[in-house]
Amino acid sequence: MSRNGTSGNNGRLDVRKTYKMLIGGAFVRSESGRALDVMAPGGKWLGHVCRASRKDFRNAVVVARKAASGWAGATAYLKGQILYRAAEMLEGRASGFREVLQSIGLSPAAAKAEVAQAIDLLVYYAGWSDKYLQVFGAVNPVATPHFNFSVTEPMGVVAYVAGEKRPLLDLVAGIAPIVVGGNAVITLSTGRAAVAAMELGEVLETSDFPPGVINLLCGLREELVGQMASHMDVNALVIQGGEVKEHGAVRESCALNLKRFFLRDQSGKEDEDPYRILDTVEIKTTWHPVGG
Amino acid sequence: MIKTSTTVGSDWGYAPAPESADHFKLKDHYGLFIGGKFAPAVSGKRFKTINPANEKVIAEVADGGEKDVDRAVKAARTAYDKVWRKMSGRERGKYLYRIARIIQERARELAVVESMDGGKPIRESRDVDIPLAAAHFFYHAGWADKLGYAFPGKSVAPVGVAGQIIPWNFPLLMVAWKVAPALACGNTVVLKPAETTPLTALLFAEICQEAGLPEGVFNLVTGAGSTGAALVNHPGLDKVAFTGSTEVGKAIQKSLAGRGTRLTLELGGKAAHIIFEDATIDQAVEGIINGIYFNQGHVCCAGSRLLVQESVEQEVVAKLKARMETLIVGDPLDKNTDIGAINSKAQCDRIRDYLKIGEEEGAELFQTQCSVPEKGYWIRPSFFTKVAQSHRIVQEEIFGPVLAIQSFRTLNEALEKANNTPYGLSGGVWTDKGAKIFKVTRGIRAGVIWANTFNKFDPTSPFGGYKESGYGREGGRHGLRPYVELS
Repeated sequence: MSRNGTSGNNGRLDVRKTYKMLIGGAFVRSESGRALDVMAPGGKWLGHVCRASRKDFRNAVVVARKAASGWAGATAYLKGQILYRAAEMLEGRASGFREVLQSIGLSPAAAKAEVAQAIDLLVYYAGWSDKYLQVFGAVNPVATPHFNFSVTEPMGVVAYVAGEKRPLLDLVAGIAPIVVGGNAVITLSTGRAAVAAMELGEVLETSDFPPGVINLLCGLREELVGQMASHMDVNALVIQGGEVKEHGAVRESCALNLKRFFLRDQSGKEDEDPYRILDTVEIKTTWHPVGG
Repeated sequence: MIKTSTTVGSDWGYAPAPESADHFKLKDHYGLFIGGKFAPAVSGKRFKTINPANEKVIAEVADGGEKDVDRAVKAARTAYDKVWRKMSGRERGKYLYRIARIIQERARELAVVESMDGGKPIRESRDVDIPLAAAHFFYHAGWADKLGYAFPGKSVAPVGVAGQIIPWNFPLLMVAWKVAPALACGNTVVLKPAETTPLTALLFAEICQEAGLPEGVFNLVTGAGSTGAALVNHPGLDKVAFTGSTEVGKAIQKSLAGRGTRLTLELGGKAAHIIFEDATIDQAVEGIINGIYFNQGHVCCAGSRLLVQESVEQEVVAKLKARMETLIVGDPLDKNTDIGAINSKAQCDRIRDYLKIGEEEGAELFQTQCSVPEKGYWIRPSFFTKVAQSHRIVQEEIFGPVLAIQSFRTLNEALEKANNTPYGLSGGVWTDKGAKIFKVTRGIRAGVIWANTFNKFDPTSPFGGYKESGYGREGGRHGLRPYVELS
């Protein structure tokens, strides 16, 4: 991110990027018209990102809900290829992402490692796409003359609040298991991580995800998390970071429509974990008689 | 003169065939079961449990309060720390096998008590509830030493002490659904049965004694809603499992929110039962009957909304009426009885309220003409036609023998209507076309789908809901997940 320079090399003025959120396949500013400053760790001003409103979130839910059934119905092979495509796109922009991460305070080594891990994580979950049903589904030997089987189905629309510790990786580690499970997702990135998130939007938008499957917002956590928890058309909420008090309030709001709630750890040890896919899918069991 | 009648029952009545209750003796009163021993409540209070078929008191039961709950949770914690978590899976499993066997040995007693205390027909207690309860313990017993295979790539540990609250519609079976997976996975339990049906849970406590189950592994605190609240709010629990209404489920989630205690909820339902014109209609009618009139309709997964394709609506409704007129409503202990007593006066009033609401909303009520006993709580098999999707009798769970009938023209319309409630527990479809079955079973947003059958249960088969019907599964490999910690 080189937005702070008034002039670049050879007296040429930099062309700055206006960071926009990704909602329904379009890059948009907040409907509220508000913006937030992004500061580098030393206090240097880096630029603006959108400050999403509750209305932006509700709009995102509408487009995500529309996109959800198509994505749920896409073949596992296709979903896997699209996730893999996202890894390809990120790999192609790896050096740019390393620069962005460094501009928001990561060391060169940390930035390099984080970008590499994010790419590999997309490849990891791409591979699960046509396998997790085989691992987590079941044919159940009932004691009556019925054929009985259990399959996974997407929950629908899942909201995800990413932590700030690993600006790129926390977001990718949240999104990948949710979308490979066939859900549409709306994410919230905050603070310095918002910059990495908005960059990631450009990667995801060129990876063949149908519009609305992944929606990336940025803004203030305390302003939006309550709306995410209480929205009646969101099926699950996954949260990283935050205070115990916030988690309690969020869990309470989730009770309004029995939204599924999951707290993600930030250690990175569980980034690669197919049981995360299992969190945001439902188990459906079907009975059918066996007979003439 | 030859008497003519339109109903089969009046020409060909059945002689009474009551199941005897002389092969066992219930106590006058029962205590709480804490730390392996029966004891009265600290307050000394008791409440009466009555037979809803004749309103007679069967026994008195201790009314557990906060202090009792506290004692029970502490007993469960001690048993967890000192005995149960340390025991090998193989040994834990052997206790569960013992329990399964004793349930089978005492099956007739358990079935009769279940029908006396809850009002369900003896045929159902005998053939469904009690055998399935035994099967649940037998199934889960075998998991106790094989949990690593249920969760590939993970190491498995128990969660700790589980507080479990169960409803009155399948009293002993719900004990089994809750207790068997918890114990198999190495947890200890404090269970609160429903206040109208505590007796088979108390007999289960005796069975735990007979099985030699270590003290405190299973604890039972009887009482009403306040006892349940005391249990849920006890800080010593690692996990809460609740089966009951969506309203109470939401309240429990709220009250646990600040603590982050693990929670699974198995809540209400309003299942769509979809009949296509290419279904085998006679079989489908049997399915409809089983779907809504099984256990007086006191079934969270009951097929309480019938969606019938317009072209066969008249035929299905006519056949349904004729079949309903043959249903025998009456003494739960009579082996001929199809539909027993409504579980309690409160529930009976609630169902009557809904019958009134349905008529006020403009729907047309049909009820069978059968006679019902004078004493006790009874509702004749009922359905509504001319109902709209927005009617309360379509949107809300009635939990009684009341069906709402709607029609549809296309498959997509059927799915649209089926999914248009906040619930998502179960659903059903009848058609002879294989591809259509898969399209519909996939399209219904619910956790359990019956195709060309309904209301079937098995310990190997996961059960649980989508949306506001709760979360978590009971039964099968998936039912173990709420009771283990993975790392």
